[in-house]
Amino acid sequence: MSIAEKTSVLSEVDMNDARDRGGEAQPMLIARNLQKHFPITGGVLNRAIGHVRAVDGVSFSVMKGETLGVVGESGCGKSTLARLLMHLIVPDSGELIFDGDGVGQKDGLLVRDMRRLMQMVFQDSYSSLNPRMPVEDSIAYGKMVHGASSEDAKDAARELMKKVGLDPNLFGPRYPHELSGGQKQRVNIARALVLEPRVVILDEAVSALDKSVEAQVLNLLRYLKDHFNLTYVFISHDLNVVQYVSDRVLVMYLGEVVEIGPVDEIYDNPKHPYTTALLASRLSMDPDDRVEEPPLVGDPPNPINPPSGCRFRTRCQFAEKICEVETPVLPGHASATEHVTACHMHVPQSGHSKAASLAGKKPQAAVRSAS
Amino acid sequence: MTDITATPAQAHAVDQAAPVVRVRSYWQTVGYRLRYDYMTLFFGSVVILIILSAIFAPLLAPMDPYESSLINRLKPMGYKDFLFGTDKLGRDILSRLLYGGRISLAMGIMPVLIATIVGGSLGVLAGFLGGKTNMAIMRTVDVFYAFPSILLAVAISGALGGGIFNGMASLTLVFIPPLCRVAETATSQVRNLDFVEAARATGAGTLSIIRVHILGNVLGPILIYSSSLVSVSILLASGLSFLGLGVTPPEPDWGLMLNTLRGAIYINPMVCAIPGVAILITSVCFNLVSDGLRSAMDVRM
Amino acid sequence: MSNGSSAPLVSVEDLNVKFVSRESTVNAVNDVNLTLDPGEVLCIIGESGSGKSVSMRALLRLLPERRTKITGALEVDGKDVLALKGKELSDFRGGLVSMIFQEPMTALDPVYSIGHQIAETVRRHEGCSMEKGLERALELLELVKVPSAERRLKAFPHELSGGLRQRAMIALALSCRPKLLLADEPTTALDATVQIQVLILLRKLQEEMGMGMIFVTHDLGVAAEIADRVAVMYAGRIVETGTVQEVLNSPRHPYTQGMLSSTVHGNMRGKDIEAIPGSPPDLRSLPTGCSFAPRCRIADDGCRAEVPAEVTLGPGRIARCFKLDETAAPKIREPMPA
Repeated sequence: MSIAEKTSVLSEVDMNDARDRGGEAQPMLIARNLQKHFPITGGVLNRAIGHVRAVDGVSFSVMKGETLGVVGESGCGKSTLARLLMHLIVPDSGELIFDGDGVGQKDGLLVRDMRRLMQMVFQDSYSSLNPRMPVEDSIAYGKMVHGASSEDAKDAARELMKKVGLDPNLFGPRYPHELSGGQKQRVNIARALVLEPRVVILDEAVSALDKSVEAQVLNLLRYLKDHFNLTYVFISHDLNVVQYVSDRVLVMYLGEVVEIGPVDEIYDNPKHPYTTALLASRLSMDPDDRVEEPPLVGDPPNPINPPSGCRFRTRCQFAEKICEVETPVLPGHASATEHVTACHMHVPQSGHSKAASLAGKKPQAAVRSAS
Repeated sequence: MTDITATPAQAHAVDQAAPVVRVRSYWQTVGYRLRYDYMTLFFGSVVILIILSAIFAPLLAPMDPYESSLINRLKPMGYKDFLFGTDKLGRDILSRLLYGGRISLAMGIMPVLIATIVGGSLGVLAGFLGGKTNMAIMRTVDVFYAFPSILLAVAISGALGGGIFNGMASLTLVFIPPLCRVAETATSQVRNLDFVEAARATGAGTLSIIRVHILGNVLGPILIYSSSLVSVSILLASGLSFLGLGVTPPEPDWGLMLNTLRGAIYINPMVCAIPGVAILITSVCFNLVSDGLRSAMDVRM
Repeated sequence: MSNGSSAPLVSVEDLNVKFVSRESTVNAVNDVNLTLDPGEVLCIIGESGSGKSVSMRALLRLLPERRTKITGALEVDGKDVLALKGKELSDFRGGLVSMIFQEPMTALDPVYSIGHQIAETVRRHEGCSMEKGLERALELLELVKVPSAERRLKAFPHELSGGLRQRAMIALALSCRPKLLLADEPTTALDATVQIQVLILLRKLQEEMGMGMIFVTHDLGVAAEIADRVAVMYAGRIVETGTVQEVLNSPRHPYTQGMLSSTVHGNMRGKDIEAIPGSPPDLRSLPTGCSFAPRCRIADDGCRAEVPAEVTLGPGRIARCFKLDETAAPKIREPMPA
C-alpha cells in the first residue's frame, strides 16, 4: 500500500481516478438536511437556555472536479458547515454521502476512511501549525497516523513541499514562527494533501494573507487542483476571490442556503435580495465611481433567535406579510447547472406581490444554463 | 511574468526569496536566551553548588554529623575547628548542614517530581477529554483546595505518622492538585487550537494527539510551575520536621536543626540562624531560577 | 478638497522608528515624509509589516517608549508631538487627535456601558458634568446612526454586534471634536455589507466635521472608496504618493503596479493572477538598495546598490524608484464591473 501511495504523490492524478467508485455523474459529495444547533447553557444546572442555529437544514451537492464557493457573512454558519462536512462536529441530523457511500452509516464509509479522502485547510493563523514541531513533521504526521513508516511519511512530506513551492531542505526543518504567513499557508495546504484526498475544504484559506501573497496561493491552488484532480469546497467572505475560483456558488444567510447556482448566474443575475445586496456591497476600486448609498442597513441578526419565516426579511426592502408567516424553501435541484433560490418573489402564486412579475420573467422551470 | 505557478518548477521558485531566518528549535531559543540572562545563570549555579555539596557531603564534611561532645556544646562560629559552631549536643553544625542538605533537598525535589508526573497526567487527560472526565477529576482536585497546603501536609503526615517516607508522601499529595490544575488549564487552551483540529481531521487517535501535539506545548508551563514548587516543598518539609513530623532525630535536616536550636536563640543567636539561612538561600535561588526559566520559555511565536 | 495655501494639519519629516531589543533591531519606519491638509483624507496602503500602523501610532505617541527609538519631526496643528509631556500629551490624545482601531472589542472597556465611556471622555476633556456628558453621548450615538440610541447608551460592548461596536468606537473618538482622526483598519474585521455602511458613514462625518483623517488599510478597494490622497508603503518606506485617482489609475512604482495586478477580480477566472513573487523583506535586515528590488521584475544592479530617492512627478505626486521612465507606459486599467 505504501508503495502505491508514494508513487501517487509523485505522479499526477489524471481524470480516470482509480479511486472513483460512483462514476462521473455521481456527485462527489451530497449533503442532505445537515443541521447543527449549539446549545447555550446557563443557570446553576447548566441547562440549555437556547440554541445557536449555526447550520439549519442545509442541502447541496458538490460535483466531481468542480469548485463550489460558499459565501456569507460572519455567523452565517459557513465554518460550522466545513466542520460538519469533515465530521469534526457531529451533525444533529442529516446525512452526508461521499461518492455514493453514506458517511458513518452502517454499510457506508467509516468516518476515519472519509477523512483520508476529504481534507481541510484552515485559515492561516498562529494556531494552524504546531509551534513545537518542524513543519515537515507536521506534514508527515497525517501519513504516519495511517500507518506509513516515518521515512515514507517524511519522503512524501518533502515531495509535497516541492509541489507547494517550498524547498524542503531550506524550509522542512523550520518551525512555524520562522515562516511568513504565505509560507505557513503553503505548509497547511501540503499537510492537507499528504493523505491524497479527493476533496479539499478550504475554510477562509487565503483570507488572512496579504494581497500579493493571496494571489500566489490562489495560483498554487489552481495548479494543485489540476495536478491532483481535486474537488474544492472554497469557503470565503471575499466575493471577488469566490468569483475567481468557483464553478458554482452557494450563498448562506443565518444557517440556511438562500441561493445556489453557477458562478456567472449568481454574479450576473442574482435572484435573492440578499445576494444582490451582498454583491452591491463590494468596493468599486474606482475612486470616481464610489458607492454612495449602503445597499443594506444594520448588521446580520443574531443566529440564536432568527426571525420567523424568511430569515432575511428584517433587512429586506421587499419584505411583505408572506415573508413573515411562511418560510421560503430552496427548490430541490437535480442538475449542477441549475440556479435556485429560497425567496417568495421567485415562486409564482406564493402570495408575494412581486412574485408574478419576477417569476414571469425568469420562470423557475426554465433556468438558464451557465455555458 | 504572466504565469507564475503554472508548473511545479515555477511554483517552487516563488517563495525562495523569503527572508532567511536562522533555524533554531524551541529549546535552542530558550537556551540562547538563558545564556544571556546572567541573573538566572548566577542563581542557577548557586543551586547546583548546593546540590553538589549535598551529594558530596561525606567528602566535604569536616566531622561526623552524629558525634556529640559535652564539652563543645553551643560554641560560637569559628570556635576551634567548628567553622559554624556547634549545637546543643556539641555536634558540628557545618557537617550537619551538609548532610542535612541531602534530606532537605530530597524532600524538596522528590514530592514535586512525583506530583508533576501524576498531577500533570491527570490534568492533561482532564483538559483534553473535557466533559464528564474533566468534571470528575477537577472536582476531586477542588476538594483538596479547601485546605491550606501546610495544614493539609500536617494532617496527612500526622495521620501517616512520622518518618521521611511519610513526609514525602504527604507533600506529594499536597502538590498534585495545583499541578493538575495548571496542566488542565494549559491543555484546554491548546486543545482548541486549529492544529489539534487538523490532527483530528487526519484521523489521529486521542493518545497520538496527546503525545505528539499536546505534550510538547504544555510541558513548558507545567515545568515552570513545578520548578517554583521546589522551594515551597523545602519550606514545607522543614515545617513538618520542625513540628516533629517528617524527619526524626538524630537525622540532620535543616528544619529539624532549626527546631532543636530554637532554645539556644538567647545564648548563641548567630548559630541558631544558620539552618534558617540555608533554607532561605536555597528556596530563594530555586524561585529566581524558575522565574528566569519562565521568561526564557515565554517565546512569542 | 485640499487647500494648498493654508498650513498643513499634519507634517511628518524624516520619521524613523526602530524597535530595539537585545536580539535585533527592527527598522519599522524609514525616512517617512507626509503632509495632510485640514479636511483631507489620506490613505496609507501597505501589507502587514509595511510600517503603516507603526507610523500612525508614532503620531499619537502610542509606542512603548523604552524599546522604541523615534527620530524625525512630527507636527500636528503646529504642535511638536515628540516634545509633548504629561497633561499636554493626554489633552493631545483624544482632544486634538483621536484614533479608531480594527477591533473595537479591545479598544472599548468591557466593564462600562457605552454611554458611560463616552460621557467620561467628554467630562475629562471638557470638564463638564456627567449629565452633560451623557447628553453629548446620546447626540454622538445618533450622529453615527446607532438605531434606538437611547437604549444603546446603557449597553455594554459585548451586547452589541460588530458593526454597532465599531460605530460606538467612532462616537467615542469623535466625542471631543478632534481635528485629526486616525483610523487603523477600522473596517477590516467587518462583513462586506457592514463595511460599506461604516465607510460611507466615516466619509460623511469627516466632511461634515471638516476633520483631517489618516486611514490605514491593506485594501485598495477601501482606499478607492474613501481617500483623497494615497501613500503606498513598503518595508517601512513610502514608495509612492499622489491623489487616489493618480495612484490607482496610473501607478508608477512597480510595487503599486504589482499590488493592482494581483488584486483578484472575477473576470480573471481561468487565468493565473499576476502575483508579485516572494515575500516582503525581513525588517531586521533590510536589503541594501531598494527594498522591493528582490521582488521587482525590472530591478537591476543599480536598484540593489542604493536606496532610490524621492522623485517628484507633479504637485504632491512622489515615487521612490530609479526606473520611473520604464514604469510610465500608460497602463489603462479596466474598471471593474460593478
